[in-house]
Amino acid sequence: MNIVVPVKLVPDLVEDLEIDESGITLDTSWLRLILNEVDEHALEQALLLKEAHGGTASVISLDGEGVDDVLFSSAAKGVDHLIKLTGLEFGDDLNNHAVARLYGAIVERLEPELVLIGVQAHNDLDGSLGPLLAEYVGMPYVGYVSGITVTDGKCRVLKEYPGGLIAEMDVVLPAVLGVQAAEAPPRYVAISRIRQAMKTVSLDEQAAADPDSGGGPTIDSMFKPETGERATMIAGDEEEVAAKIVDLLGELGKV
Amino acid sequence: MNQDIHVVVEHLRGQVADITYVALAAARGLAAGSGGSLAAVLLGHNDEGLAGDLGADRVLYIDDPALADFNPEHYAGALTELISADPPRCVLFGDTSMGAETAGILSARLDLPLVSRCRSVDTANGALSFVSQICGGKILVEGALPEPVSLVTMVPGHYQPEEGRGAVAPEVIQTSISPRVAGRVTFNAYLEPAVGDIDISSVSVLVAVGRGIANEDNVEMAEELAEALGGAVCGSRPVVDQGWLPTTRMVGKSGKRVKPDVYLALGISGAPEHVEGMSGSELTIAVNTDVGAPIFDVAQYGSDVDLLDLLPVLIEQVQAAKEG
Ligand SMILES: Cc1cc2nc3c(=O)[nH]c(=O)nc-3n(C[C@H](O)[C@H](O)[C@H](O)COP(=O)(O)OP(=O)(O)OC[C@H]3O[C@@H](n4cnc5c(N)ncnc54)[C@H](O)[C@@H]3O)c2cc1C
Ligand SMILES: Nc1ncnc2c1ncn2[C@@H]1O[C@H](COP(=O)(O)O)[C@@H](O)[C@H]1O
Repeated sequence: MNIVVPVKLVPDLVEDLEIDESGITLDTSWLRLILNEVDEHALEQALLLKEAHGGTASVISLDGEGVDDVLFSSAAKGVDHLIKLTGLEFGDDLNNHAVARLYGAIVERLEPELVLIGVQAHNDLDGSLGPLLAEYVGMPYVGYVSGITVTDGKCRVLKEYPGGLIAEMDVVLPAVLGVQAAEAPPRYVAISRIRQAMKTVSLDEQAAADPDSGGGPTIDSMFKPETGERATMIAGDEEEVAAKIVDLLGELGKV
Repeated sequence: MNQDIHVVVEHLRGQVADITYVALAAARGLAAGSGGSLAAVLLGHNDEGLAGDLGADRVLYIDDPALADFNPEHYAGALTELISADPPRCVLFGDTSMGAETAGILSARLDLPLVSRCRSVDTANGALSFVSQICGGKILVEGALPEPVSLVTMVPGHYQPEEGRGAVAPEVIQTSISPRVAGRVTFNAYLEPAVGDIDISSVSVLVAVGRGIANEDNVEMAEELAEALGGAVCGSRPVVDQGWLPTTRMVGKSGKRVKPDVYLALGISGAPEHVEGMSGSELTIAVNTDVGAPIFDVAQYGSDVDLLDLLPVLIEQVQAAKEG
């Protein structure tokens, strides 16, 4: 079972986001990029399937700050093949259509049975990578997946709907699946093992083709939402805050 | 090519999703601006009965056994034919488990620009535009809806579903389209959510924990507080994905929608996917060490104390107040 996991780095939302002078893109000078959270789940699911069925797992990423760490930590977790596309970086105003085409070309060369990808990222203005990639490489796509079982070249997936309802679907391989949650929480890997991977595993660096962003909208302006009424902040330490919360609960007859 | 606006109806087991009415409400304004008419596109099998309260000028109905339950391949197949045969100005979907992937597949297949996660769509002098939210709603993006045809997915919260319901049943036009079924994706069955646990959507005091709760052991403190308040514990998606709470306790887009009298949000950042499930709460009190966290846009009261310091004190004070 050969599995490819294309990953995406996204701005860390804990940090303040600033819009640059052009007014149509984020100011990247302060931007901290982190691995898209659902990509961690896609990676975990790939490792679980690899452990159950053998085969290889490959991770593909564009270049950018923090990318080597992401790649080496996935190697430390058990990924066999680390592919880094060079010449373009996350944040280079590449839309997902362009990234899907770049990743698509590599997926076609690797010919995996499964491509597991995070179901979405918070900056997918022109759609999520998964369905775009699937269509460019001519594979079926199912997203919002939180369970995958493979038997006899066929794959059974659990697709989530709101409220906890799940649809069980069969998908013919090869396929692209948009992972919402892995069957186990993403594993932890010790820094020492990541350091070791840095010494022993090599990055397969490949020059990215010219990007083609066709299929996405153009942006006229980017701005921060007007904040409506913010919460009244309760002053004081935890004793005082607790007292105020008890007051509020008391007013509603809850204590 | 015409100037019509299409809304693809999302339905699950005989029920039209709220997001469809939201999209219809948004589409009404677009159709007025584009000068076209508004069509709801209903895909299903023996589902004509769902058309009755769709607030559209007409319903284009595609009936086929392959559309009895949602299947991304079959939906995309049917819509490929419908859109190619007579391309409308704009096709709206929900940004959901069904809509997001259908729109994505079509965007790549038909080479049509897709604008996802739109809060609103607008029209001025016939020019159609969008406002979309990215980065968890921290950034908004504005632009023109590309001509001649664009695909859009809508997020909830910015149009009232009621505005998308029609007073009179629209005309239903059955199309002759049948999805070309490649057989790559097959729907088997629905698996029901687990039963037996309490239903958090009918609890009046909810103690909600997010990733800030840090580990499974700390969830016990939240349980203790909930018990003292006669309420229940619920949580954000990461807490459930970690296995610290059962799936039945998840609040949000993929979990439950709750409307308690009091929602105590502890260590929850307030991502749109979470807020979608709790914005109807009567009173929200948020505790988060990050004063910039979006949850404070939703809460009426807040504090930036450490929730792990607060919980023991709060439990004690609530217990004292009850005894007192
Ligand atoms: C398709 C899809 C569907 C989703 N559906 C849902 C859904 O149904 N429900 C849902 O909740 N999420 C859902 N999500 C995930 C969502 O996008 C967010 O990732 C999630 O809501 C974040 O959870 P959180 O607030 O607990 O964690 P975080 O965003 O990590 O926030 C933790 C917060 O805790 C604060 N904190 C940390 N330590 C402390 C402390 N000691 N004291 C006080 N505060 C502290 C931090 O400042 C931070 O703001 C979905 C995502 C996707 C892609
Ligand atoms: N298999 C593929 N892998 C990568 N990119 C592709 C693939 N097929 C099509 N594309 C790209 O997708 C865009 C639209 O292609 P098409 O759907 O063939 O018009 C073009 O820019 C192609 O370069």
